[in-house]
Amino acid sequence: MTDIARKDTPIDIDEGDSGIILEDVERGLYDFKDEEREEDFFKVDEGLTEEIVREISETKHDPEWMLDFRLKSLRIYNELKVPKWGPPIDGLDMEKIVTYVRPKTDMKASWEDVPEDIKNAFDKLGIPQAERESLGGVGAQYDSELVYHNVREDVAKQGVIYTDMESALTGEFEEMVREHFMKLVPPTDHKFAALHGAVWSGGSFVYVPPGVKVDIPLQSYFRLNAPGAGQFEHTLIIVSEGADVHFIEGCSAPKYNVANLHAGCVELFVGKNAHLRYSTIENWSKNMYNLNTKRAICEEGGTVEWISGSFGSHESYLYPTSILKGDNSHAEFTGVTFAGKGQNLDTGARMVHIGKGTSSFIDTKSICKSGGISTYRSSVEIRSTAEGSKASVNCGSLMLDSISRSDTVPAMDIRTDKADVGHEAKIGKIDDEAVFYLMSRGIREADARAMIVSGFANPVSKELPLEYAAEMNNLIKLEMEQG
Amino acid sequence: MSLLEIKGLKAGIETGEILGGIDLNVEAGSTHVIMGPNGAGKSTLGNVIMGSPAYSVTDGSIIFDGEDITKMAANERAKKGLFMSFQNPLEVPGLTLEAFLRSAMRERTGKAVRIFQYKKELEETCKLLDMDEAFVERDLNVGFSGGEKKKAEIFQLLMLKPKLAILDETDSGLDVDAVRIVSKGVEIFSKQGGSLIIITHNTRILEALNVDRTHVIVKGKIAAEGGSELIDEINTNGFEKYI
Repeated sequence: MTDIARKDTPIDIDEGDSGIILEDVERGLYDFKDEEREEDFFKVDEGLTEEIVREISETKHDPEWMLDFRLKSLRIYNELKVPKWGPPIDGLDMEKIVTYVRPKTDMKASWEDVPEDIKNAFDKLGIPQAERESLGGVGAQYDSELVYHNVREDVAKQGVIYTDMESALTGEFEEMVREHFMKLVPPTDHKFAALHGAVWSGGSFVYVPPGVKVDIPLQSYFRLNAPGAGQFEHTLIIVSEGADVHFIEGCSAPKYNVANLHAGCVELFVGKNAHLRYSTIENWSKNMYNLNTKRAICEEGGTVEWISGSFGSHESYLYPTSILKGDNSHAEFTGVTFAGKGQNLDTGARMVHIGKGTSSFIDTKSICKSGGISTYRSSVEIRSTAEGSKASVNCGSLMLDSISRSDTVPAMDIRTDKADVGHEAKIGKIDDEAVFYLMSRGIREADARAMIVSGFANPVSKELPLEYAAEMNNLIKLEMEQG
Repeated sequence: MSLLEIKGLKAGIETGEILGGIDLNVEAGSTHVIMGPNGAGKSTLGNVIMGSPAYSVTDGSIIFDGEDITKMAANERAKKGLFMSFQNPLEVPGLTLEAFLRSAMRERTGKAVRIFQYKKELEETCKLLDMDEAFVERDLNVGFSGGEKKKAEIFQLLMLKPKLAILDETDSGLDVDAVRIVSKGVEIFSKQGGSLIIITHNTRILEALNVDRTHVIVKGKIAAEGGSELIDEINTNGFEKYI
C-alpha cells in the first residue's frame, strides 16, 4: 500500500542524489505509512474537496504549478490514514476536516468566547490589548507586510531576502521556492504533511546569499501573520555556502484558534559550511492538536542548531529532523517540553547521519505536572556511509507530582562500527527536600518549585536571546501556577 | 523574653516519634550547642524549628521573636529571621548561587535588591570566606565539594543576616582549612549579634566562640544541660552516662 501511494504520487522528488536520500529518509521510525489496508483508509464523504483547494489557491494568487502541487497533495491526503502510534488524535474530527481548513464565518469567535485562562495569560504576559484580540482570533489581523518591512530593510542591505511565503511565491523568488518547497518534507511523508501541501497558507521565506553573516536574529512575528497563518504556515529558509543566520519564530502568548488543528511545516536548507540557528517558542492554546513537521538538511561542513520550547496544545507530535548529508556536517537539538493538565506532548528529535565525520547532539528536558503526559521520542540513525560519526543523546524528565507521566523512547540505528554514540536518560521527581531548602531562605513554595523547574530548563533558556529566555521563564512560572 | 522558646515539643515522621518533648530557650545574641549520639534527634530538632514538611509536630510550641511559628511555612520563618545551615545542602541545577540569593533577599525585604551594593557585598563576603568570586556564578551546590557546600551555607548566612542560625553539623567531614574558614564566618556572624544553635560532634568550630549553653539530646529528650564545661566533660567521657 505504501508503494501504491508512492506510485500514485507524481511529485518529482527524485532530483539528483538528494532525491534518493529523501526517499530513503522518509522510511524512518516516524513513517506514518507502514502497513495500510484498504479498510483503514479514511473515506472522504464531506471531506476536503478539489473545489475548496482551488478556492484557497485562487485567493492566494498561486502560480499554476502551486495549484497543481496542492491538488496532488490533496489526492495523497485522501489516500493516507491517520497515524496511530503516538498520542490518540481521535478528538480531531477528520470528517469535518474542511471546517479546520476553511473555518465558516459563524465559527468565528467573539472576545467573550475566548477562554478565561487565555485571557489571564495575556494579562500576566503583558500582551497589549490590540494584539490580544488578534491572538484570540477575534480582532482585525495586522498587516504582516508592515511587520516584515522594518526588519527587511536592515538585512536587505546585505542581500538577505526576508519576506512572507506568499510574496516570495508570487514574486521574483518563485523559482527558488519551486526548487525547495516541500522537497524536504514531501506530501507523501504523512497525512498531515499532505494536508499541509494542499491548504498551506502564510509563513516566512528567508534566503541568505553565500558568505553573508546576519548579525541580528531574524524574528518572525508569528502572531501578527496573515489569517490562518498560525495553522498551516510554511517556513522555508535557505542558507547559502558560508552564510550564517539565526531565525527566531514564535511567541510566549497562547494562540487561540477556533479551528484547533495546527499542521505547519518548516524546511531548512543549510549550505556548505553554512550555519543556521533556528529557535522557537511555541505556546498553543490547550485545545490545539499540534502536528507540526520540521526538517533540515546540511551540506558539507554545515551546521544546524535547533532551540525549541514546546508549551501548550492538547496534543503535540513534534520531532525536528536533521539530515546530515554532507561530510563533517553537524546538528544540535536543545529542547524543553512542558505538559500540564490535559496535555499529551510527544516530542523529541531525529538525526540522520549520512556523510562522513558528521556529528549530532540532542539535549532535551521534559516537564510534566497535574496529570500531563510528556513523551520523549528520538531516533538517531547512522548510515553505513557515515564513518567517523559521533552522536550524543541526553534526555531528562522532571515529574512535578505523582499523577503525571513521563516516557522516554530513544531509538538508535547504527549501521557502521566506526561511530561513537552515547546516550543518557534521567527521569526524576521534583525533590521536596530541595523545595524546603529554597524555602528555608525565604522563597515561597510556588516560587521555589518554579525556580527548580526553570533551572531544569536552563540549558534551553540560556541558548535563547535574553528577552526570549525571560519570556520562557515567565511561561514556566505561569504553567506552574495553573492547576 | 527569649528569642526562641520551645515548649514540650513533640515531633516525628509517619513511622514514629523522634522528639519526645523538648524544652529550649535561646536568648538573643547567645550561642547554644547541641550534642548527642547519632540518631538522638538533633537534626530533627533543627529541621522542625526551620519548618521542614518532612516532620509533623504532634505537641508543644515554638515561639520565635514573640510569635508562635509552630505551624508557619519555612519561608515565613526565614523572613522572620530564622536560618539553617543544612547538613547536606541540596543541589539545584540551572540556578546560580548569586541569582538565588538575590531572590531570597528580595523576598525577605520585600524590596528590589540594589545591584551595585549587592555586588559589593558579594565581593566582600567572598573575601571573608577566602572564596573565588566565580563561586557565586556557579549553579547552587552543583559539583561543589563537601567543603565548598558548607562554605556556601556560611556565605548565605552572612549575606542573609538572620537573627538565629541553626548550624546542622556544618563542621563535619571538613578538612582543617575548611573548618578554619567556616569557623571564621560563624564567629563574624556571632560578633554581629547573631544567635546560634550549633549541632556538632566536635569542638573545633566552637574554639573562637563563647558558648553560653550546652544541651545533650538522647533519644529525643534533653538528657543534660550546662555551660561550656559540659562540652569538655562529654569530650572526655562520651555520652554513655546519659544513655
